[in-house]
Amino acid sequence: MAEQNTTGSTTAGSIEVGTAGAGAQLAGPGTGRTTVHQPIDARVAVKPSFDVNDFPVPTGREEDWRFTPLHRLGGLHDGTAAAGERGEDKVGFTLPDGVTAETVGRDDARLGKAGTPVDRVAAQAFSGFEQALVVTVPKDAVLTEPVRIDVRGEGGVRFAHVVIDVKPFAEAVVVLNHEGTGTRAANVELLVGDGAKLTFVSVQDWDRDAVHAAQHSALVGRDASYKSVVVTFGGDLVRLHPRVSYAGPGGEAELFGLYFADAGQHLEHRLVIDHDTPHCRSNVAYKGALQGQDAHAVWVGDVLIRAAAVGTDTYELNRNLVLTDGARVDSIPNLEIETGEIVGAGHASATGRFDDEQLFYLQARGIPADEARRLVVRGFFAELLQQIGVAEVQDQLMEKIDAELEAAV
Amino acid sequence: MATLEIRDLHVSVDAENGPREILKGVDLTVKQGETHAIMGPNGSGKSTLAYSLAGHPKYTVTGGSVLLDGEDVLEMSVDERAKAGVFLAMQYPVEVPGVSVSNFLRTAATAVRGEAPKLRLWVKEVKEAMAALQMDPAFAERNVNEGFSGGEKKRHEILQLELLKPKIAILDETDSGLDVDALRIVSEGINRVRSTGEVGTLLVTHYTRILRYIQPDYVHVFAGGRIVESGGAELADKLENEGYEAYVKGGASE
Ligand SMILES: Nc1ncnc2c1ncn2[C@@H]1O[C@H](COP(=O)(O)OP(=O)(O)OP(=O)(O)O)[C@@H](O)[C@H]1O
Ligand SMILES: [Mg+2]
Repeated sequence: MAEQNTTGSTTAGSIEVGTAGAGAQLAGPGTGRTTVHQPIDARVAVKPSFDVNDFPVPTGREEDWRFTPLHRLGGLHDGTAAAGERGEDKVGFTLPDGVTAETVGRDDARLGKAGTPVDRVAAQAFSGFEQALVVTVPKDAVLTEPVRIDVRGEGGVRFAHVVIDVKPFAEAVVVLNHEGTGTRAANVELLVGDGAKLTFVSVQDWDRDAVHAAQHSALVGRDASYKSVVVTFGGDLVRLHPRVSYAGPGGEAELFGLYFADAGQHLEHRLVIDHDTPHCRSNVAYKGALQGQDAHAVWVGDVLIRAAAVGTDTYELNRNLVLTDGARVDSIPNLEIETGEIVGAGHASATGRFDDEQLFYLQARGIPADEARRLVVRGFFAELLQQIGVAEVQDQLMEKIDAELEAAV
Repeated sequence: MATLEIRDLHVSVDAENGPREILKGVDLTVKQGETHAIMGPNGSGKSTLAYSLAGHPKYTVTGGSVLLDGEDVLEMSVDERAKAGVFLAMQYPVEVPGVSVSNFLRTAATAVRGEAPKLRLWVKEVKEAMAALQMDPAFAERNVNEGFSGGEKKRHEILQLELLKPKIAILDETDSGLDVDALRIVSEGINRVRSTGEVGTLLVTHYTRILRYIQPDYVHVFAGGRIVESGGAELADKLENEGYEAYVKGGASE
């Protein structure tokens, strides 16, 4: 694949950045830009807070807002959405035995434990929601089928708050599926108890005009495993912040993501993994395809290994496949390391276009050009899906990808 | 009877300083059931001929014609050529990440045959063809050519040849990179296809060793972008003993 590739890896507290891969310059369609290693702390100018008033209204010049078209946020960032009319959701639940879903008030003690809003929109969501949803998987429960929360936006402004509380040694797959439309800001908290295993799948299958900003804050317990799978197809503007911190040693986090940006769509994923606890692991792999004029994907992966986090092992990867002219990718891996006593740390980012040789090979076997393109893109995503490890979720996502490809490529 | 007719074929590639002509008037007729060996030194344009027949976009045909049973091959897209019965076994098969061999083969067979093969028969057909090429069944679940050794890639090419049953098979250096055992297995595969009498074979090679297994009807010496001498199998023996020097020194090659 013709790609622009930046890889770096280190085991000793310094970052090596070089170029590798096929070596061909990104030519023709779109632009791919990769910037590496900006200090994370310098970019987070405002301290996290639950109060929207603690954040100034962003202007677009801030490091964490510079890629986002603010005028398309539906006023989530400047108070106009909060002042406007609230919309409705239709929510469907699939709750396996023992799992509870409660609607609770703002003062419920279980809220706000996994993380604090890091930008004005997340703080707006927290300041603005009326009732929160708390889903609890009891201690030691090993679920054999996924918990499903199917959200259908019916238009208007929504501020949402969801807590997924997986008690110690429980094992669960939770799917949060978004369809319909509206202007939505949300916080999702994921509490993964000691020794528990949670796979959290968030699907953004919105109508073309939806606006969705959300922070996913995961707190991973001692020896717990957290797997986040973010799949973004729909919406006009989607901006997600999957974040991980660790409550005890031995925790493991895997963050997988998959996005497909069509003409005019802005899909932004900003990840933060805060290694502040010894002997934890993290692995990030995000893949995206883009096609059409002004399709824009932004991927920022911040990994911070603090002085206390000895024995950390982390790797992050972002790959983008640009299918046509006029699409744009901004891919920024950041690794900041404050201790040399780690197992490993690395990152890779690559943006490339269709590989003509792959297409020729398939066509030379009689496969028509459009079908060959679909096979290649399907293959690009299948590599990632194979790592999810939940067959029924994998199959369902593959179906969605097929539908997307059928319509788009 | 299927016939491929190549007449005065001229082909250029885009080089840094403008187009560069690689094929300078190739004439060749290949009939169903015949095997033609095309032999020539490195850089003489053998792969250029093979890829041009398959329709690779890198090569620009600037003159001449290619007809398959009277149909203009040069007018066809790459996949149309494959459907018309032209097959190219590549010198360097391409990796296609995330696409399994079994999915790839079935998609290709469906395209070339014009309908999806019946699943049970198809599974059996693939299994038998793989066994004949001594390929581990596990290959079916691997991604196309990904991490395959050189020899495994070539077996996979011949597997496709056996399953897609073309009228004209162009085999570009299928022998290179094979050890003696693999060369024998791959040659036996080619011979199985040839023995049906339904394929015309264009065997492109640099070395004569594959001709110990595959007896050509005609041997053509390729140099400087055209066929400079044609003969029977005995011409290969001459090349074996004397090499290409006479042709290269004659100024035929650049
Ligand atoms: N893009 C290009 N620019 C310039 N020259 C090219 C380009 N592509 C191919 N060529 C030249 O075309 C000539 C023929 O190449 P080709 O691959 O057809 O040779 P070959 O006979 O198959 O050689 P080999 O035995 O090494 O496989 C070579 O001299 C090669 O360098
Ligand atoms: Mg060659």
